[in-house]
Amino acid sequence: MTWPPIRKAPQDRAAANLKDYEAEVADFSWAAARAELQGLPQGGLNIAHEALDRHVQAGRGAQLALRWIGRDDTVRDFTYAELTIQANRFANLLLSLGVSRGDRVYSLLGRTPELYFAALGALKAGAVFTPLFSAFGPEPIRARMEIGQANVLVTSETLYHRKVESWRGEMTSLRQVLLVDCSGEAPAGTLALEPALARADPDFATAQTAPEDMALLHFTSGTTGRPKGAVHVHEAVVAHHVTGRNALDLRPGDIYWCTADPGWVTGTSYGIISPLTNGVSLIVDEAEFDAERWRSILQAQSVTVWYTAPTAIRMLMKVWAQDRRPYEVPALRFMASVGEPLNPEAVVWGVEAFGRPFHDNWWQTETGGIMIANFAAMDIKPGSMGRPLPGVTAGIVERLPDGLVREVDKPMALGELALRPGWPSIMRGYLHEEERFRKCFVGGWYLSGDLAMRDSDGYYWFVGRADDVIKSAGHLIGPFEVESVLMEHAAVAEAAVIGLPDPISGEVVKAYVALKPGLVGDEALRRELLGHARKRLGAAVAPKDIAFRQNLPKTRSGKIMRRLLKARELGLPEGDLSTLESEER
Amino acid sequence: MNEADILAVIRDELARLAPEIAFETLDPALDLREQVDLDSMDFLNLLTALHQRLGVDIPDADAAKLASLASLVAYLARKGAAPPP
Repeated sequence: MTWPPIRKAPQDRAAANLKDYEAEVADFSWAAARAELQGLPQGGLNIAHEALDRHVQAGRGAQLALRWIGRDDTVRDFTYAELTIQANRFANLLLSLGVSRGDRVYSLLGRTPELYFAALGALKAGAVFTPLFSAFGPEPIRARMEIGQANVLVTSETLYHRKVESWRGEMTSLRQVLLVDCSGEAPAGTLALEPALARADPDFATAQTAPEDMALLHFTSGTTGRPKGAVHVHEAVVAHHVTGRNALDLRPGDIYWCTADPGWVTGTSYGIISPLTNGVSLIVDEAEFDAERWRSILQAQSVTVWYTAPTAIRMLMKVWAQDRRPYEVPALRFMASVGEPLNPEAVVWGVEAFGRPFHDNWWQTETGGIMIANFAAMDIKPGSMGRPLPGVTAGIVERLPDGLVREVDKPMALGELALRPGWPSIMRGYLHEEERFRKCFVGGWYLSGDLAMRDSDGYYWFVGRADDVIKSAGHLIGPFEVESVLMEHAAVAEAAVIGLPDPISGEVVKAYVALKPGLVGDEALRRELLGHARKRLGAAVAPKDIAFRQNLPKTRSGKIMRRLLKARELGLPEGDLSTLESEER
Repeated sequence: MNEADILAVIRDELARLAPEIAFETLDPALDLREQVDLDSMDFLNLLTALHQRLGVDIPDADAAKLASLASLVAYLARKGAAPPP
């Protein structure tokens, strides 16, 4: 069915940061956006300076920067001045540990205040910050730390024992492990973070980083090969800042809640940097999703801007079906969603439950910031990701046999979503993977790997992935990473991993396994393989379901046809089978 | 069903979903998800399986109150957990 547009009221349009889309697109320049930031006193640009120091120097140090709510409802507040001191302490600690410019500081943490100290302190010190998803198992953690040559890891004592300690000695680049929440003496070879921070000097002169100096390394997954480390530089802050204002309607004094996990790019770009450069107060909840808790946070904290994700919205909808108590959220002005396309039912449900629609937007680890969005002052077509941000040129392209691409202008023509490079937060490379990076750019376009359409009004519509990457609960999962771990098991001859549609999480991971000759795929072996995968990969990445086959369908060149497995699982047309050589059994 | 029977059913279903868990090492009083690696989908799947095995309706809104094994067992017992006929 087609959903009627959600029209914006004149007062909503008048109150929005971005009032007149066409005019702002015409007037926009990245140079002007850059001029809104201060830059370092002696020249150069540093994300943490724009996020913290600039506000403190301008007399806004007493404003609330971060309100942290613990699982047990403990509240810890940090003003801009206090958060700056904590970041300074962390930067001084890094220096005292011998960390120098460009060194890699990794975090493996849930939502703790120390995560924010570490991210901002590392940037202040001129180090490179890399967040990891704390639900990863040891294997994805180790792979990402090896690729990025991690020098410092900030994690908790529990996560360290569970996921890092056993192989830590093999990582020669790793010089220091800092632990939060140590129950007693820090384990051998680690340092307890809180006491070390308390001893560190609260003053720090932010490193004189240049705009093109590497600041952030964010990992993402492709269909094949190892995880990719997307390199971002300090200049990205220009995009973080202005897209927060235009796409999320952020303004000084807002009470802003970004529910994204800090282990992914959203948790950094819009969970830390953009809100702070825009002078808002962050709400951070340590606990996992819980519908009742979320209701109480939205209400009690008077959240004004809320940035969340489709999986969470759909879980709230499920609870709503049983409990239609209205949300009492008069302060809530803007609600946005990212991670995967937000289904139209969920966009519209926002109006029913909150009196406001959700605004879906689209971007990727590689783009560093929001590229396409539904804006506060623009009518929403439910199910669409919206229109390109001012400063962003998007297009739909088709790949040609000669390896080049051609833009397709016809409304609702299917093609690959592409962007004209030039915005400040575009990745500067995949670390140590020049060839994979180069392949993302063809004919003056950055190719996103997402299939989409554009309608006659310029709204973009997501269709699917051009590759086999799985998106579960907003997290990209590379099938190869999962298959590799399954293949390590002695019983497995072949493995293929696909994503199957799921009403809540978008997709769930399912594995197909062919066993070595003579072995029987029974329940005991299924459990053994599942346990093996979960231990190595973590629950968020491991398959939820494993099916046994005698043989997996393969092409003549021996490549497993994941798409065919998926089509058969879903009862869809099998498509072109001319390359199929070895049939599924 | 008594609490020991209910606990045995939970153990059985957990072993199906997350076979890597060493059930005997769990502290029943502590938050289950802080002791083992279960994502929110695993936890929902566990509650769905318990609903089917024990005939107890578990509204989503109650999920947060069932964080520890002890609270889960007590909840299921109070709501009259019974094996399907």
